[in-house]
Amino acid sequence: MEAGLEQKYNFDVVRWFTIMAVVYLVVGAFVGVWIASELAWPFLNFDSPYISFGRLRPVHTNAVIFAFGGCVLMATAFYTVQRTCGVRLWSDKLAWFVFWGWNAIIVLAVITLPLGFTQAKEYAELEWPIDILIAVVWLAFSFNFMMTIAKRKTSHIYVSNWFFLGMMVMITYLHVVNSLAIPVGLFKSYSVFSGVQDAMIQWWWGHNAVGFYLTAGFLGIMYYFVPKQANRPIYSYRLSVIHFWALMFGYVWLGAHHLQYTALPDWAGSLGAAVSLAMIIPSWGGAVNGMMTLSGAWDKLRTDYVLRFLIIALAFYAMSTFEGPVMSLKTVNALSHYTDWTVGHVHSGALGWVAGISIGAIYHLMTRLWHTEMYSEKLVNFHFWTATIGTVIYIVAMWVSGIMQGLMWRAYDEFGTLAYTFVESVDAMHPYYAMRAIGGMIFLFGAIVMLFNILMTVRKSVSEGSLNKARALPAAA
Amino acid sequence: MAEPKSKVKSFQEWMEVRIWGLVTVTAVVLSIGGLVEIVPLFYMKNTFEHNKYPELIWNHDAPGSVPIVSVVDGKEQWNWKAGDGVRPYTALELAGRDIYQREGCYTCHSQMIRPFRDEKERYGHYSLASESAFDHPFQWGSKRTGPDLARVGGKYSDEWQRVHLRRPQSVVPESVMPAYPWLDKARVDGGKIQRHMKGLQAIGVPYADGDIEAAPKLVEGKTEMDALVTYLQVLGTMATLDESKVYRE
Repeated sequence: MEAGLEQKYNFDVVRWFTIMAVVYLVVGAFVGVWIASELAWPFLNFDSPYISFGRLRPVHTNAVIFAFGGCVLMATAFYTVQRTCGVRLWSDKLAWFVFWGWNAIIVLAVITLPLGFTQAKEYAELEWPIDILIAVVWLAFSFNFMMTIAKRKTSHIYVSNWFFLGMMVMITYLHVVNSLAIPVGLFKSYSVFSGVQDAMIQWWWGHNAVGFYLTAGFLGIMYYFVPKQANRPIYSYRLSVIHFWALMFGYVWLGAHHLQYTALPDWAGSLGAAVSLAMIIPSWGGAVNGMMTLSGAWDKLRTDYVLRFLIIALAFYAMSTFEGPVMSLKTVNALSHYTDWTVGHVHSGALGWVAGISIGAIYHLMTRLWHTEMYSEKLVNFHFWTATIGTVIYIVAMWVSGIMQGLMWRAYDEFGTLAYTFVESVDAMHPYYAMRAIGGMIFLFGAIVMLFNILMTVRKSVSEGSLNKARALPAAA
Repeated sequence: MAEPKSKVKSFQEWMEVRIWGLVTVTAVVLSIGGLVEIVPLFYMKNTFEHNKYPELIWNHDAPGSVPIVSVVDGKEQWNWKAGDGVRPYTALELAGRDIYQREGCYTCHSQMIRPFRDEKERYGHYSLASESAFDHPFQWGSKRTGPDLARVGGKYSDEWQRVHLRRPQSVVPESVMPAYPWLDKARVDGGKIQRHMKGLQAIGVPYADGDIEAAPKLVEGKTEMDALVTYLQVLGTMATLDESKVYRE
């Protein structure tokens, strides 16, 4: 059944993106654990500019979002589009340009951020020459994807591809507008926007990097890999149509909820919060659609560790898309904003949902791309438990510390004066910062095990000659 | 309806068989929310408080006509004093702000006080949009691992700020802030700051040409530590806010 696929499709570029994704998962999680530890034990800054928290934190966010997340998206988008369209990528050369270009961007990020070259806008820190390169590579990625769909053999465009397309269009808008800056040096520029307008544009970018890059893109992954791994059709076509359009229309509005009670006019913040609340419906539409695909086949979770990753990811997705709207409520936001609760919320999405669905998809890809079984199924299961437990420890620590910070900052004593100085709240965070670092370490350990397991699987494939055999098979008719 | 059964039954299906149709419709749907929330901010008068209270902005009648500070016979002559209103940053303050950005201070410190009783007592009057009108980029932040800095200017002495930046734990033992000993060793480059100010002027920050000309003299011999402390000390001190006025609904 799988004969000739290696001749028909370009899997080489998918293989490289897949391996690099896991490498960057380990790197990104390592930097994350390091900066988490710096907050618990500040001596770890070692008085060095290059590894001080403020410079290293963007390295962490860029490594996990753009290096890990980007490689996962590019691997899965290029795989999914070929499989669901029944044709090879429109251009192999352009695909390789995307691979080398994206990795060059990552290398440049790892060099420039510790040197302090930054636009100082969250998740958009990279300086203008790198921003231009990102735009070029992203458009090349998108164009190759669209042209592959344009020459497809199937009649209809599969739902995964709608989500990938939505991501590609929106990220182009966001990246181009939010990065508009006036260069004043080779690695120095100032945003052309200022103050309140810059803030709105930044969070329009910031929340939609979450909404389209980390949600729509990864829903595209979900719509292909969950049904494939479960070997069942997606639960509801109608639900996928409704939740796709609701997500495309609605998510765009949410950025303003990051700026409630700030100097942003109240109408904008309230509008953002109102739409945020409504977004729970399309979000849960996606989660339900994914989970119910398993309807009648739940027993597979007992034996299929890859499916476990995909389904726990959907559970975290449902949880954090419930938590998000709650945090956008004005009364809750008044407490949660500026605290670790936000950090915890991000990580339940990032570790639980994004990493979970990615890891599941990568394990699925490993066996298909190297035409062999995993080196160790047991290690996949071990990874599942370390990832899940590490994530839960992380988010519980941040819930407690976040709510505690919020309450301490607004607490009054019986004389009507503030009960705590700021630094008392910092001191009270220490145990939770340590706990968070430990949760991260457990998650990181799982990622290292994954890297070992996939490299051993590649070695196994080489020694079995399975990939070469697949390449030698005659092309399918 | 009266049409015979066609192959394409709905608009949804029309899109599902047309890649460029799907991309176009998606692109239109995706643009709505951003347009509604962002574009009005550039046109609505109530976005900035100084449209109602012009005195919030220094030299609001003729922005950019007078330099903030000039150097005459080696002496600084200030045309602005604290409380006169929001103005662009001087050369030394801007150098400090560049360092603030470079070191990623915004990852742990906000510069945006919300209108709550506890924030008023802890940090001061809530922040106005006009106060960051010349901030490219904004530095409101999203996280308070450390305290808000929107009105930190004048709260501590210059010397306290220096000692604190060199080794935060020496004055605040529980602090988790990194030390910044390298700021004392590096000097501010006048030519570079001049280029930065020209860039900002080109995108609408009301610098007088005199501000830019005087830049190298104003930063001569200054360390990065001097610059950062100068920046911190001006934060929140520019405009005089009147408790009896309602700046924001």
